[in-house]
Amino acid sequence: MKLITAIIKPFKLDEVREALSTIGVQGITVTEVKGFGRQKGHTELYRGAEYVVDFLPKVKLEVAVAEDLVERVIEAVEASARTGKIGDGKIFVFDLEQVVRIRTGETGADAL
Amino acid sequence: MKRMLTTLLMAAALGLGVSLPLAAQDKAPAAAAPTANATVATAEAQAPAAAAATDSKAEAPMAASAAAPEAAPAAATPVPNKGDTAWMIMATVLVILMTIPGLALFYGGLVRSKNMLSILMQTMMVFAVVAVLWAIYGYPLAFGGDGQVIGTLDKLFLRGITPDSVAATFSKGVYIPEYIFVAFQCTFAAITPALIIGAFAERIRFSAALLFCVLWFTFSYLPIAHMVWYWAGPDAITDAASLEAVTANAGWLWGKGALDFAGGTVVHINAGVAGLVGAFIIGKRLGYGRESMAPHSLAFTMIGASLLWVGWFGFNVGSNLEANGVAALAFVNTFVATAAATVAWSLAEWMSKGKPSMLGAASGAVAGLVAVTPACGFVGPMGAIVIGLSAGVVCLWGVNGLKRLLGADDSLDVFGVHGLGGILGALLTGVFASPALGGVGIFDYVTNAANPEYSIASQVWVQAQAVLTTIVWSAVVSAIAYKLVDLVVGLRVAEDEEREGLDISSHGESAYHS
Repeated sequence: MKLITAIIKPFKLDEVREALSTIGVQGITVTEVKGFGRQKGHTELYRGAEYVVDFLPKVKLEVAVAEDLVERVIEAVEASARTGKIGDGKIFVFDLEQVVRIRTGETGADAL
Repeated sequence: MKRMLTTLLMAAALGLGVSLPLAAQDKAPAAAAPTANATVATAEAQAPAAAAATDSKAEAPMAASAAAPEAAPAAATPVPNKGDTAWMIMATVLVILMTIPGLALFYGGLVRSKNMLSILMQTMMVFAVVAVLWAIYGYPLAFGGDGQVIGTLDKLFLRGITPDSVAATFSKGVYIPEYIFVAFQCTFAAITPALIIGAFAERIRFSAALLFCVLWFTFSYLPIAHMVWYWAGPDAITDAASLEAVTANAGWLWGKGALDFAGGTVVHINAGVAGLVGAFIIGKRLGYGRESMAPHSLAFTMIGASLLWVGWFGFNVGSNLEANGVAALAFVNTFVATAAATVAWSLAEWMSKGKPSMLGAASGAVAGLVAVTPACGFVGPMGAIVIGLSAGVVCLWGVNGLKRLLGADDSLDVFGVHGLGGILGALLTGVFASPALGGVGIFDYVTNAANPEYSIASQVWVQAQAVLTTIVWSAVVSAIAYKLVDLVVGLRVAEDEEREGLDISSHGESAYHS
């Protein structure tokens, strides 16, 4: 089992979500985050005080999937989240040790 | 220990108000009528203790007590015009709106969200506390008596004032109910200290803010208001001799001929300087210059600025004390000067920084309002526009270049906008009140017409004296008051409380729950 984490541009969330649905991913968790990579921030000016805002709003999504789905998930996210401009984001794949469905107590692949 | 001391100090301030009138109980309420017997023979002129200025000169009339038993034998109590009365009631309401929620939101939006409630609280509480103190002892100290620096306590607790009591305006024979004059001036006294809190925002101890404002109101606002606005009223002036008598007993700066229609010196320079001194004494906010302290809601700031603009029509136009052509002039000036300042600040910012900001437009509007405040009843509309344009540009510098020069953390730019705008407006009033530049000139109550002679240079010098007096007085009183408050309760909150945010540490609340 793998946990796939993707940082994407916020306005791409709907597209990515649909793409994941299409390939059969049932659930995802979404968090609003801030961050930067190579994309620069912007400057804000309040009367005499200038602030450089480095952190840009992003969306982080997490999906737990069986190993055989990983390639397709990565492809789907990549394709739907890409704009071609700097700041599109990254995808991280983690090894997932255990999964439990709280309602029923199922574990492992049954809980995905 | 410190909390006990604060309570004791505030109780003492109130106690002062209570004990003094009890001592002076037997003094006749209408005693404050120095000019009553002397000049006025006309039917209306009751006991014109009221200083009301019709057109030109200062504001603040004293009220003519309806009772005045020993004074005027003849005249029946003048009956105020219902239109004037209704207008003054509305003007008073508009000024209240300026503070709550106008100023509260304007300032509130400029701080970080963790300090929003502290600003709202300080604004509302300072307003409320000063309003009560005004009713107890502020009014007669500002607008009573015979002194050049301060009034008397003859109307402590508003003794002697009834619904029939009247206050003079700036027109001979025209009066308004004294109660509404009391209420109107109360709103001025209450908003002025509330302006100061912007300078020490986000780090002041709540009790310190209240205590300082009480002290400053008593020892800076009241004397300056008295010096600039107190006189015996137009009905007291009939000839050269009576003019001299009135001038000798009037507020010191009024007597010099200083022009301040609605409070450029009394309110804005006074508060602006107090704010700057406070910013220096209390020190910078933690993280100032390194961490982001961006406004958390410029939407609120814009709403606040808009309420200020609209309410200011009560502030400026109401300062005419009656509804007539001069009031209409003040209205137009308040309109166009502010508009010009908004445009000037925005354009200047656009050109110098590349983008015109909402904060800039809102600040420009306030700067224009401040600058036209002393001028509104004296200058013509074109003069008002020039004043507005100047204020927009000068105050933009005030919150940028000047602020960097001064080096203090005047958090919400109280000096940059109110102090500097007030100074500019007061000086330009001397220029544009000139009939040669579209102004109404200076009204002569002996000849009952505007004085055809007007020297811009000498009037500007008089204005400068008023400005300098206010700056020095406010600075000295503020410095002493801050130091005193620091000794008694401590000016600043602890570091971790400042980090956490005053809303939680001082008030146990959060403004927003995400």
